[in-house]
Amino acid sequence: MRRRSPLLWLAAFLAYAFLYAPLVIVVAYSFNDSRLNAEWVGFTLSWYQKLFQNEKMLVAARNSLIIGLTASVVSTVLGTMAGYAMYRFRTRLLPVLVLAPIAIPEILMGVSLLIFFVLVGISLGMISIILAHIAFCVGFVAIVVRARLAGMDETLIEAARDLGATPWQAFRLITLPLIMPGVMAGALMAFTLSIDDFVITFFTAGVGSSTLPLQIYTMVKISVTPEVNAVSTLLMALTLALILIASRLSPGAFRGR
Amino acid sequence: MALLEIRNVTRRFGDFTAVDNVSLSIEAGEFFTLLGPSGCGKTTLLRMLAGFDAPDAGRIELDDRDMAGIPPEARDVHTVFQSYALFPHMTVEENIAFPLKMAKVPHERIGVRVEEVLEDVRLTGMERRYPNELSGGQRQRVAVARALINRPKLLLLDEPLAALDAKLKESVQLELIALQKEIGITFIYVTHDQGEALALSHRTAVMNHGRVEQVDEPSRIYGYPKNRFVADFIGQCNLLDGEVKSRAGERMTMALDGIGEVNAIDTESDLPGTRGVLALRPEKVAIGASLPEDPELNRFQGHVHDFLYLGDVTVYIVELASGTRVEALLPNSAAGGAKFFEPGDRVEVGWRIDAGHFLND
Amino acid sequence: MLFIAFLGALVPWWWTQGAAVPEGVRVSNKLYKWLIGGPPLAYLLVFFAVPVLIMVVASFRHPGDFGGLAPIFFEDDTGRYLNLTGESYVRFFTDALYARLFVKSFVYAAITAIVCLAIAYPLALLIARSPRKHRDIMVLLVILPFWSNFLIRVYAWMIILGPQSVFVHMLNNALGVFGFGPVTLLYTPFAVVVGLVYVHLPFMVLPLYANLEKHDPALLDAAQDLGANAWQRFWRVTFPLSLPGVYAGAALVFIPALGMFAIPDILGGTEGIMIGNVIKQQFLDTRDWPFGSVLAMVLTAMAVLLAGGAAWIARRQRE
Repeated sequence: MRRRSPLLWLAAFLAYAFLYAPLVIVVAYSFNDSRLNAEWVGFTLSWYQKLFQNEKMLVAARNSLIIGLTASVVSTVLGTMAGYAMYRFRTRLLPVLVLAPIAIPEILMGVSLLIFFVLVGISLGMISIILAHIAFCVGFVAIVVRARLAGMDETLIEAARDLGATPWQAFRLITLPLIMPGVMAGALMAFTLSIDDFVITFFTAGVGSSTLPLQIYTMVKISVTPEVNAVSTLLMALTLALILIASRLSPGAFRGR
Repeated sequence: MALLEIRNVTRRFGDFTAVDNVSLSIEAGEFFTLLGPSGCGKTTLLRMLAGFDAPDAGRIELDDRDMAGIPPEARDVHTVFQSYALFPHMTVEENIAFPLKMAKVPHERIGVRVEEVLEDVRLTGMERRYPNELSGGQRQRVAVARALINRPKLLLLDEPLAALDAKLKESVQLELIALQKEIGITFIYVTHDQGEALALSHRTAVMNHGRVEQVDEPSRIYGYPKNRFVADFIGQCNLLDGEVKSRAGERMTMALDGIGEVNAIDTESDLPGTRGVLALRPEKVAIGASLPEDPELNRFQGHVHDFLYLGDVTVYIVELASGTRVEALLPNSAAGGAKFFEPGDRVEVGWRIDAGHFLND
Repeated sequence: MLFIAFLGALVPWWWTQGAAVPEGVRVSNKLYKWLIGGPPLAYLLVFFAVPVLIMVVASFRHPGDFGGLAPIFFEDDTGRYLNLTGESYVRFFTDALYARLFVKSFVYAAITAIVCLAIAYPLALLIARSPRKHRDIMVLLVILPFWSNFLIRVYAWMIILGPQSVFVHMLNNALGVFGFGPVTLLYTPFAVVVGLVYVHLPFMVLPLYANLEKHDPALLDAAQDLGANAWQRFWRVTFPLSLPGVYAGAALVFIPALGMFAIPDILGGTEGIMIGNVIKQQFLDTRDWPFGSVLAMVLTAMAVLLAGGAAWIARRQRE
């Protein structure tokens, strides 16, 4: 029996409540038939309807999807290569460069990339956003892949070579299938990170392009309409689904960074 | 002409010499064992044969062909790993078929070969199972089947029975012997278990600190160990230091430290005056309240210091007058009047003059 | 970019396997290290390391006439010169406003870390002491909110702390009963800290939990056996042992919180500005990029120093 006093339970319960209450409130208000986020008036789906009629929102959603898919594919490829290289070879520079974007405050990356793009002449728009997203997603994928490789039995590769497989065959038939769940989990994580990113996107988006988070930001700052609740709820549901799938594929990969 | 020639192979890791100028000649169809304590270099040697490591000096020739620079997948040598290394994401069938796929055997023929080999290891019906659904013994058999299916020239086994419990080990050992005889492939077996080595091999190489101490048939290794290490490592042995007093043809007398003069028969001892060791197996030492007088028997008096009851036999540790201890083994088989000796009992121990084996040291 | 990345993936990863490789192939390990590690390395050099370096240089440049940066070289009749200056740094170090701003950000981040610690500790303790099979779910429940969109989490507090909020009304009513005037919670430093705490809470829970989970329960038994009561057991056994986790969590909360700008921007109004807001202003509104770079550099330097300090403490603790 480990010591869990009622006081502890209470404090922990309050902490959980603190974590979830705000989100529950947003979800609840998305169904509230009122323009104000005040009392409960009645149940309605009208905000969701308005959402799907909102041109800007739809464009932003489409952009987020495109950016998310592209960034996740590229960063998964690069991240898998990085994760593999970090596991297999002695690397010093690579881990630093791959993991630093995760550790430093996002605003630094956003700002430095802004200067960079302008100086180099890459126009700020979808392309610049995608390039920026890849830069910080690679690290996450690399971590997941490396962990997955570390958990794999190395003698399996030796056995494959011993039985006649060339190194490439051994990688393709043994390593790849065994780390694939990790690679997929990394891809999903990259996608989620890209969809959700605000700060870096904010600085590298320029004027023309908008993503869902940027759109939400505009709505929140300028005029708070209940559609924000609706889009937030949808976004949360999507993220939740993705994370659950990813954690099925690679259990333990999501126990914090 | 030998199938495998290991010539003066040396392998170093920094300051540590894992394999020290080892030369071995292994014939086709042999069940050959590398035996030794951990760290003696047997696994390193095995890895060099498989191609996962390369010697710093010396040559390895398989069927007259120098193996240097040839990667593992190109060698006609397969390994049964200690952990079996079955591919967890493939069924038994796919695991076993793997080498055939690598060798680009046509698809139609693979199924038949897999079935045949499953019969050989008595695992028919297990094709669709996954490794995590099999018992330890079954996994071991899949590993063997997988390594044998395309009839390599050489099969390397790295302590394959280490993970099995004692009862299972015995039956698997018998199966391995039968399998090897039936298929006729050359086995090179690595183990630290000397009982296993004696039971399984045609010939055994005893290794220590990277060197081969003795290569011989099991009975000769047991009966005529070449040096103190081999005598001590294999089975139980009394190692009695002493000096050669005189030699006359095959007979000699030795003055054993703390015991006295004994007569022995040996063809290998050196000139009088040299020091050596008399290796004496406990089962060859008779023990009794009193032993018959016999010129061919070396007899000494002492008392029982302690004993080890092992079920089928008892090992008595007898302390002689001078303080030196000798081990004697007595089967507990005498019906009825089996008398066990107690610590403190006065006894006599003795051995025939041809029971011991002289070792230079 | 995509094409190159794709190429990098398609090039066969020959001979990349095998724990030990035969002598002849050992040499080519170097080649494959570059072949496989090369593309990600190159990408991050170009899109991370180089931009950071450019920012370093930018902090020494003149602002452009229309914002942005002035040309790095300038030419006149005598030749080409490097157009660099330290004036932005001078401005930063002489104008007390910015120092105050940094201090303020520091204070906010510190308060955030402390509050996070207070909330996270009981939670982490409970999870660590729960039966093994419950722990995973409990940890997952802590992380789950983290994966929802950052802005949503901040926006939710706009609802809760806003003037129309049910809760604020209740609070003001209660205060009215005791004779206090109504308070506004939104667009105050209070709101900023709440937002910061909310967003960073999981980062405090996880390292704490990771540490607490490893504590040997027998230690507490021993302490109790020797006469310690509950508080003493916590303060003298549990807490000291958990310090590495505390430091790790504090670092993971403090350093990102320092550079936050979205939360002060949405919840803070004019009072709750942090250094991140000013950086954003300089880059997007005022467009004084050199100065913005200076601020960013100072922030980076602080972050690196703090991270280094945390790592050093962690290493000391391990010995």
